Amino acid sequence: MTPEDIIQLLDAHCVCGEEFLGHNVRYAFAADLMSDVLRVDTSEMLLITGMANLQVIRTAEMSDISFILFVRGKAVTPEMEELARENGMVLLTCPQSMFKVCGELYKAGLQPIY
Amino acid sequence: MEFEFKLEGGNFSRAGAASSEVKKLLKQLNVNPTVIKRIVIALYEAEVNVVAHAWEGVMHVTFDSQAIRVVVADKGPGIPDIGLAMQEGYSTASPEVREMGFGAGMGLPNMKKNCDTLDIQSEVGVGTTVTMITALQ
Repeated sequence: MTPEDIIQLLDAHCVCGEEFLGHNVRYAFAADLMSDVLRVDTSEMLLITGMANLQVIRTAEMSDISFILFVRGKAVTPEMEELARENGMVLLTCPQSMFKVCGELYKAGLQPIY
Repeated sequence: MEFEFKLEGGNFSRAGAASSEVKKLLKQLNVNPTVIKRIVIALYEAEVNVVAHAWEGVMHVTFDSQAIRVVVADKGPGIPDIGLAMQEGYSTASPEVREMGFGAGMGLPNMKKNCDTLDIQSEVGVGTTVTMITALQ
């Protein structure tokens, strides 16, 4: 699956990282707790979160996570976008709930990491 | 090589900036990405701890071709019981820190997991010094 596929599936909006929409995403991890994200050791992974602050982007930077999907229409601040662009990340937003997004992406073939 | 970064307690907008700089340095030195990830996750956890708990701190980084040594020293409340603090799930973080997605009592165990040796010295009411050493090969 690619970020482009995720956009089509969820009618998501791409905030930044348009040039990486063809990259491969195999796994997904859903969390609002960044402490949990910092224990994940998987590449080609999408982070699904309802938490929207600068530390989400920092956490992704340290964890080598390149794809983040913000659920429930969470707004990405200009500081978050700037840091994400610096690190070559794809940021997506969608209005659906975490539960619905996880269900749809699992059904479409994204794999859990645990 | 030797670098020093100042850390500011309570300022979450800057949390991670020092770890980010170290990550860039290690990438420039062509260190294995898996090793870089371990190191910066441990550093970031330590940096967030200073921001979350202390008043101010310093991250001192030295490395050669063999290993990286990081000392994170803060002025802060200190840790009364380090053994207890190392237990997964134990946390004294404020509600504000938890709202940022941290403070679940997983930081110190994750630092231990992501470095080769971890040493913590702390004095209540004075501060905490964390030393982490990790081989670069």
